[in-house]
Amino acid sequence: MSSIWPVLPVLLPLIGGILTLFARSGGLNWQRTVNLLMTFALLVLTVKTLMVAGDSGHQVYLLGNWLAPFGIVLVLDQLSALLLLVTAVLALFALLYAISQDTDRQGEHFHVLYQIQLFGLNGAFLTGDLFNLFVFFEVLLLASYGLLLHGGGRLRTKGGLHYVVINLVGSSLFLFAVGTLYGVLGTLNIADMADKMATVSPADQGIVAAAAMLLLVVFGIKAAMFPLYLWLPGAYAHTSAAVAALFAIMTKVGLYAIVRVHGTLFGEQAGALAGLHLDVILWLGMLTLLLAAFGVFAARGLKEQAAFLVLASVATLLIGIGMNQAQALSASLYYLLHSTLMGAALFLMADLIARGRGSYADRLRSAPAMSQAILLGSLYLVAAISITGMPPLSGFFGKVLLLDAALGHPLQVWIFSAILVGSLLMMIAMARSGSTLFYQVNTDTHNDGEAQKSSALTVVIALLLLSPLMVISAGPLTSLTQQAAAQYVDSGAYINAVLQQSAVTRE
Amino acid sequence: MEWLVAIVIGVMTASGVYLVLRARTFPLVLGLTLLSYAVNVFLFTMGRLQVGQAAIISPDATSYTDPLPQALVLTAIVIAFGMTAFLIVLALKARSELGNDHVDGMSYVAEEQSSKNKADES
Repeated sequence: MSSIWPVLPVLLPLIGGILTLFARSGGLNWQRTVNLLMTFALLVLTVKTLMVAGDSGHQVYLLGNWLAPFGIVLVLDQLSALLLLVTAVLALFALLYAISQDTDRQGEHFHVLYQIQLFGLNGAFLTGDLFNLFVFFEVLLLASYGLLLHGGGRLRTKGGLHYVVINLVGSSLFLFAVGTLYGVLGTLNIADMADKMATVSPADQGIVAAAAMLLLVVFGIKAAMFPLYLWLPGAYAHTSAAVAALFAIMTKVGLYAIVRVHGTLFGEQAGALAGLHLDVILWLGMLTLLLAAFGVFAARGLKEQAAFLVLASVATLLIGIGMNQAQALSASLYYLLHSTLMGAALFLMADLIARGRGSYADRLRSAPAMSQAILLGSLYLVAAISITGMPPLSGFFGKVLLLDAALGHPLQVWIFSAILVGSLLMMIAMARSGSTLFYQVNTDTHNDGEAQKSSALTVVIALLLLSPLMVISAGPLTSLTQQAAAQYVDSGAYINAVLQQSAVTRE
Repeated sequence: MEWLVAIVIGVMTASGVYLVLRARTFPLVLGLTLLSYAVNVFLFTMGRLQVGQAAIISPDATSYTDPLPQALVLTAIVIAFGMTAFLIVLALKARSELGNDHVDGMSYVAEEQSSKNKADES
């Protein structure tokens, strides 16, 4: 029996996008109301889908009632359900912040693009077909181009141009890789491809490996993996805070695609090609982490620093995925939840601070004291502790779980050194920028910043509160991520669920 | 025929990559367009090259060509078309906002100036 659950999180934002387009005639307040309602409904729905995926295993939806290798399938498991949930949580907070700071007044169609962005993200998390993944990537990218450039401005246009061009090149490479894989395997259904991987003739194995590496480049662009991360700081640092916060999930889409596509295709059943991508990911993850830590150090502004911290979290996750164990994957999932939400919080914090400092903006230079400096400073402290992984907040838990999983790995010395040295560098850099922002008060000039809006402050405080919450509920959360990792590692169950899904028949 | 198609794809990809690496936005747009042409032809050949074969089941046909790559190419063409349109508009916007059509926009000094202006505005 085909399940309805995988298709609902895709349909809801699509309908939301259409509704917000119609709500435009009623004015911005209507659009805001519709968007908030739809995002909240999506949050409720994703909680429900997570429960469904936990209770009854893989849920498969056959689009158009076509059987699996021929039609397109949407597959829901706990891994995708978790990512849907974190996307919905993030979307709600970023939207509340955008509304409280009037980001949506800076241009047209903010809310429509927002819903379509969620449509693309949810589709990419749920699809079980490689070409459909390409289509959903394009949907989410096109919406992200619009959101990134929303409001305009020179630096934003420049960063946006780089982002658009590198992603268009990535799309071309994606199609080359998809075409090559289809030419050899004759299918685009991920489960079916994984099933056929063992039967690839030795002569074709090199072609499949080349296509897989090409796909890794594409997902690496999305995930900002070394050496493909150079677009990220410029694009993220110059866009509006709410959009940058929402984009904290965008790099994770690339990571998810690596886990879903490469992890399934080159699992244990793949014979000679099994685990082909793992070493590359692990080493590039460590390199990315160190370069991101240097970037955090060298950043000239707080937003740029936040962008490099997002990059560091991606790198840590790459290391976790590259270890290829259920335990490491479970730890990575916990770290993903934490780093997505806290990375977003940091972008929002940077925006609050930039507004409070007026003409000094977020540049790391001494400036006149801003209003409510003590409150903002405390919030910055919480965010910095959480994101750099110091006790007692959630970043520490994520890193401890990850390092615990690394024990016994052949490369454990390297993994430990990379993560610990990276954390140390980031900690020093964050302490330095914190003291520049809050302690080095310049009394020569008068502060021309604006007073903080209490609504915006409330959103940021609520988002930051999720970090201690994740520590308090670490027990249930880790058991959830362990279940998700266990379900994912059993790729045979995924393949069977997709290929043996029967069509709906009329009575 | 395989050789001819392979050479065509190769030349288009190489020209596309060369143009993408240029420093001005107009060659960049052309390069991306060439790349998308190359990828479309490439997708076609992945269903193996066949001439004059039916793609849809009919009682008269004796053999068939693979219809799936044709559907893929159709989707890819539509997406590439939309993306190119968007990129052209963005390149024009960048040209008018940054003052020149260099992909990095402005010289370093001008960038410093504009970030100061930006700080003054906000």
